[in-house]
Amino acid sequence: MTESASVLIDITDSPAALNAQVGMVLERARWASQVYQRYDRDATLAITEAVARVAHSKAAEYAEWAVRETGFGVVEHKKLKNELSSLGLLDYYRNWDFVNPRIDEERKIIEIPRPAGVVFALAPSTNPVATVYFKVISALLTRNAIVFSPHPAALECCTDALDTLTAAAIEAGAPDGIIQVVRKPTVPLIEAYMGSDKTDVTLATGGSAMVRAAYSSSNPAIGVGPGNAPAFVDATADIKQAAQNLIESKSFDNSILCTNESVVITLQSVDDGLRRALKSAGAHMCSEEETDALRQYLFHERGFNVEAIGRDASWIASQAGFKISTRATVLVAPITKIGVDEALSREKLCPVLGYYVASSNDQAIAQARGLLRMSGAGHSASIHSQDAQAAIDFASAVETYRVVVNAPCSQGAAGFATNLPPSFTIGTGFYGRSSIGENIGPQHLLHWTKLAYNNDPAETMGDYTTTQVHHKGPLVKAPADGISGYGGGRSPQVAPQSSPVSQGAGSSQNISRDEIRQIIVEELRAALKA
Amino acid sequence: MSQQKDEFLERSKTFWNPNKTQFWQDAGVDLVIDRREDYHLYDMDGKRLIDVHLNGGTYNLGHRNAELLEVLNAGGRRFDMGNHHFPALARTALAEKLAECTPEGLQYTIYGAGGAEAIELAIKSARNATQKRKIVSIVKAYHGHSGLSVKAGDERFSKTFLSEDLLDEFVQVPFNDLSAMEDALKGRDVAAVIMETIPATYGFPMPHEGYLPEVKRLCERYDSLYIADEVQTGLMRTGSLWGITKYGVTPDIMVIGKGITGGMYPISCCVVNERAGQWLKQDGFAHMSTAGGAELGCIVAMKVLEITQRPEVASMVTYISDYVRAGLDEIRALYPDFFIGIRQNGVIMGLEFNDPEGAKPVMRHLYEHGVWAIFSTLDPSVLQFKPGILMTQEMCEEMLRRVEVAVGLAQREVFGETRRRVA
Repeated sequence: MTESASVLIDITDSPAALNAQVGMVLERARWASQVYQRYDRDATLAITEAVARVAHSKAAEYAEWAVRETGFGVVEHKKLKNELSSLGLLDYYRNWDFVNPRIDEERKIIEIPRPAGVVFALAPSTNPVATVYFKVISALLTRNAIVFSPHPAALECCTDALDTLTAAAIEAGAPDGIIQVVRKPTVPLIEAYMGSDKTDVTLATGGSAMVRAAYSSSNPAIGVGPGNAPAFVDATADIKQAAQNLIESKSFDNSILCTNESVVITLQSVDDGLRRALKSAGAHMCSEEETDALRQYLFHERGFNVEAIGRDASWIASQAGFKISTRATVLVAPITKIGVDEALSREKLCPVLGYYVASSNDQAIAQARGLLRMSGAGHSASIHSQDAQAAIDFASAVETYRVVVNAPCSQGAAGFATNLPPSFTIGTGFYGRSSIGENIGPQHLLHWTKLAYNNDPAETMGDYTTTQVHHKGPLVKAPADGISGYGGGRSPQVAPQSSPVSQGAGSSQNISRDEIRQIIVEELRAALKA
Repeated sequence: MSQQKDEFLERSKTFWNPNKTQFWQDAGVDLVIDRREDYHLYDMDGKRLIDVHLNGGTYNLGHRNAELLEVLNAGGRRFDMGNHHFPALARTALAEKLAECTPEGLQYTIYGAGGAEAIELAIKSARNATQKRKIVSIVKAYHGHSGLSVKAGDERFSKTFLSEDLLDEFVQVPFNDLSAMEDALKGRDVAAVIMETIPATYGFPMPHEGYLPEVKRLCERYDSLYIADEVQTGLMRTGSLWGITKYGVTPDIMVIGKGITGGMYPISCCVVNERAGQWLKQDGFAHMSTAGGAELGCIVAMKVLEITQRPEVASMVTYISDYVRAGLDEIRALYPDFFIGIRQNGVIMGLEFNDPEGAKPVMRHLYEHGVWAIFSTLDPSVLQFKPGILMTQEMCEEMLRRVEVAVGLAQREVFGETRRRVA
């Protein structure tokens, strides 16, 4: 008998059923988050570390899987992103205390961290597993529960990764249901999650439509807009280094990060030298005909040709109808206009870099602003310059919230070749119609309750150095049977104050933090050298 | 009380049940349930109550559960009760699902309209299968109010109607007493032992470890059948789909009622193994019930089974039972002389108070403070405390906050002002 015949009356697609199912998942998450908030900092870190270690150890496996399933990107770069989004992320935030109060003696203010509660998260198909890692670890660090809806095009790798991380979290003592997966994501289901009053915040990374839907849901949302980064190489730049940075960035995961450069803008005095340097760093400088062919191939009437997303340079060239050297990793396409009349000045999630020569610094800045008017407002830009004044002029003119200096923008704006917070969720702030203009991280998944004293100098603040927020730890398992309280019964069982959280079995506790840091640094160096 | 309610109660006494209507007024519970939603009841005067009575688990999934309401409405566009003489789509579909999710060997479902009817079916099937008449049950047992089921329960309910057993066909033995059980069975003249897995109306005394499996073993030894009355312990209330499974017993007959249709369209089910269901092959017309297994009820029941077996539900039941227990333990620590014990298996709980009628003032103060829980009729020192399996954290916290206040007030009422709360 078929499933539908045996059910007889199928209501699964009704709004009532949809909302009820969504509600059930979110209420389970609420239970988990409320219990997780009883955990102390050591327990929280132990759980997060167990998860980050497993995530890190599976970085290569999921990198390969993600490329296989989506067709986007480069396995070795995705592996690196997975590594950086697991132990790398934990390492960056390890010393931040998201659990205990912070005391400001001078202002007589004490702040107590209060997790959001239930986070609903979306992951894009372009950075699927790295985003899963990033959001799960951010949620766990801040004692939030997370419900994850993977992109349908990356459903299998994300679901498997989430199951792996969930098992590690539970093994390490996290509350049941702390991570949940939407296994059959559909638009109505995702909208129900985003709009439910049981969701505390939606962490949206993905297409603009999804991000706008998150903001329209009536719930708090942290969503990010698209990129379209200009890269300005000025007259004072170290040309060779600038060219290397541009090529490293554009070839990194085949430019799939929204922080990748869209158009390099330079000056006439730099033009020849930069072209030579780009070529020797691995660029193919396109002829006018080749540029035209690329334009035709990459942009259709309905927009960017999604087939080209995350593909390598030779593949794209051959699709466009020309051949390039096998060692070329980036296609550089000279253009003479920026704006609606030049398709190649739009965002390109592939290793194709526009190349524009301006007549002056002012014109370069105007062109950079024009590029960001197309898309990418609030996102990223980069400058290659030895002139601090030029950098400040550029950065204060372009409408982005990060300007990477003398570094590859893909990695730099995402915090991996700079000291910005590591993130694949880049807050595009007010310019980009978003609520946050920083690199999103765990710090955005909680708010702080402030105890504020009377500012009269006569009022002295209490001594908070010895106070503590009580962390009761996991719930004690209720007795199941055979227990009768007759005649006074057992003495009441009250939860112990300490949290009996197991140290994640199988995790190699003997690796020191310095060693972890060293591994990450080496990985990063190797990748940037590639 | 509003004039409107006052007038209503008069009509209730005139046309419905004078004594029962008055009883609740005397007990300080002037409840006339009007609107109901999730785990909330609203009195006709607007007072809100958190329902931890749930009519013995009927509203396990909440009042007017949205999915059940939806499936009932959708079902009504195709089905009605059906014709009990014929093979029927919905009855068979539900029976198939029950065969899948009930303990091993349970094969056929015989339908009733309410729990008592399903108990009748269980007793009749056992008698047919064994060709014996005797039925053994527990002292203070409760299995319903119809002809055979009322005899299997406490005399409190049969005497009034001159319906008590006079032929010694119904034997009662004390709960948790294995030697009494063996004495009752060893004549090999018993058709079946019928057991609530945890006796509800008796205040949920918990079976001792090994008791139920040993009863089952005695049944096998002395050739009688084991009927598991899972009306109050089924459907995840113990954290397992069926309470009896958690105790490691495979019954010959299982009775399911109340929560199986979430209070939306009542049916009851008697699920039997091959032996107990022999008569279904010999003479399928031997029992009839026009409303038994009404097909709309079957449609709702299938949805109940689907919802109940979702992974989120198992998780929530565990949270609710652990969290509520932790909260009740804290309350017990405040009033240890009065609130003396907690019986619990999952979200089935009995709260023990240090007074033979102690649960009654607790019930009244809970009612005043917006929580509805009922005392155990056959042991009024115990309050039946039955949270739903989809209770939210917020609601559990809200409920515990109210329970703490009410227990304190009840202690003061019972003991006087002398004993105050600890701490």
